[in-house]
Amino acid sequence: MTLLAVERIKLFSTRSPYWCSALAIVLGVGLTAIIAAASEEQVSLGLTQIGSAQLAIAVVLVMAAIAVTTEYRFGTIRSTFLAVPNRTSALVAKTVVVAFIAGVLGEIIAFGSVGIAKLLSSNSDLSINTAAEWRHVAGVGIVYAIGAIIAVAVGILVRQTAGAVSILLVWQMAAEGLIGFIPKVGIKIQAWLPFTNATHFLTMGADSPEQGGAGIDFKLSQWGSLAYFAGIAIAMLVVALVVAKRRDA
Amino acid sequence: MIEAIGLTKRYGRTVAVDDLSFTVHPGRVTGFLGPNGAGKSTTMRMVLGLDRPTAGRVLIDGKPYTELHRPLQTVGALLDAKWVHPNRSARAHLRWLAKSNNLPNSRVDAVLEAVGLTQVAGKNAGGFSLGMSQRLGIAAALLGDPKVLLFDEPVNGLDPEGILWIRTFMQNLAAEGRTVLVSSHLLSEMAVTASELIVIGRGKLITQSTTQEFIDSATGNTVLVRSPQLSKLGPLMVDKGFTVRDGADGALSVSGATSDQIGDIAAANGVVLHELSPQRGSLEEAFMQLTGDAVEYHAEIGK
Repeated sequence: MTLLAVERIKLFSTRSPYWCSALAIVLGVGLTAIIAAASEEQVSLGLTQIGSAQLAIAVVLVMAAIAVTTEYRFGTIRSTFLAVPNRTSALVAKTVVVAFIAGVLGEIIAFGSVGIAKLLSSNSDLSINTAAEWRHVAGVGIVYAIGAIIAVAVGILVRQTAGAVSILLVWQMAAEGLIGFIPKVGIKIQAWLPFTNATHFLTMGADSPEQGGAGIDFKLSQWGSLAYFAGIAIAMLVVALVVAKRRDA
Repeated sequence: MIEAIGLTKRYGRTVAVDDLSFTVHPGRVTGFLGPNGAGKSTTMRMVLGLDRPTAGRVLIDGKPYTELHRPLQTVGALLDAKWVHPNRSARAHLRWLAKSNNLPNSRVDAVLEAVGLTQVAGKNAGGFSLGMSQRLGIAAALLGDPKVLLFDEPVNGLDPEGILWIRTFMQNLAAEGRTVLVSSHLLSEMAVTASELIVIGRGKLITQSTTQEFIDSATGNTVLVRSPQLSKLGPLMVDKGFTVRDGADGALSVSGATSDQIGDIAAANGVVLHELSPQRGSLEEAFMQLTGDAVEYHAEIGK
């Protein structure tokens, strides 16, 4: 618990988490607001989560990565390892704090998006009733939290802001989607890519055609996809922790 | 107490620290001296568990750093004053450090007071001058009231006032019975700060001795003798086993003897002396003489 408090103090005594959080909320909820305000027809629940699941997540990944890379950039990671020589516990504490904040942000953005869509498009039916609908909205926070673990792992491995951010953005926003263009094998590979599986977890199937992942032959159930996404994140974190432990700080 | 035993660090084929063994005792300031690139910082990082030694080990009060429970209460270190987040206040920087070792927040205020940063504690550390950053680094090192303190080049780039402050501060810490290890590449600085010296060059131990012994052995004892009866005095000196060389302006340069001994011999033999002056090489010359072969990056002087 002490180490969690340490990471909390560290994170909230600088400005970047506040700015990143504000930016993520503005982008995620803002996109939904624009869509809702501009559409003359009814807005579907799936449409409200475009901003959260496909845009704001990138900002949250960046925030999670720079929570680590700035520590390397400014040498505070060494001060941390001097204060807490058990590097694994120090870095796990940081991961937990960052993932928790990402999760909370995800829920705020997801439910905030539904709320603003209700306000601006009052004739739409945006009530959350079925299990799939709940998963679609509340699941965003879970995806953010797991995504943050991946971002922290990349941050630990790469140690540089520019490198880590580029890797995460290209990976999450472009690379996984572009692989689908490879003839024949593309969609088979995509079925096993982490962020594609995260999207699969969130989809409501035919009810949310706006969401990605259409046409991919997933081998896992939706919760299976989430477990797979989480498994990849944990595996990457373990690799990062082993490397950090062995490497000279 | 810090004990290094056969400490070695290799980066590929480069040997940064080579089979280094030394002991740092409590109650005095021990200087860790060597030219740039001699391996001082690497050694300090190994002492603190940041870098993993290729071979050998280093113990602090009998334990490796990584096995210390709440290490800030045992060891305080200032390796780089810039290891702070520029947009975090000085107080917040110390608060998370204190929290990590379960130290009360009152310690934060106490060390801020001790280094004279109370007034600017709420300001972001990024705006601090080098001298203020050094003070903040020292405050962080003192946070856990540790028995062992390590400072890496603490006076580098400071103005004379800052240098004097840090020097006095370190001597006071040692006087309180703490173990203080401070690295520097300046012998002149160490000569007035440290009472014991560990001298390294190219990662190897050159000598561990008291500062006085080191300076004496490095500068040698030569005495300049001027006399109208040098032809009589010279052979007398040689008979006593001293080394005699012709100095400038027809004077003699005698090594191995003190001025007292030479004066006694001259008086006993009725030799008139016009000058009898002990010669001191500069500390820098002495240091160069000892570490000259051990400087990693040579530049020929005057070419």
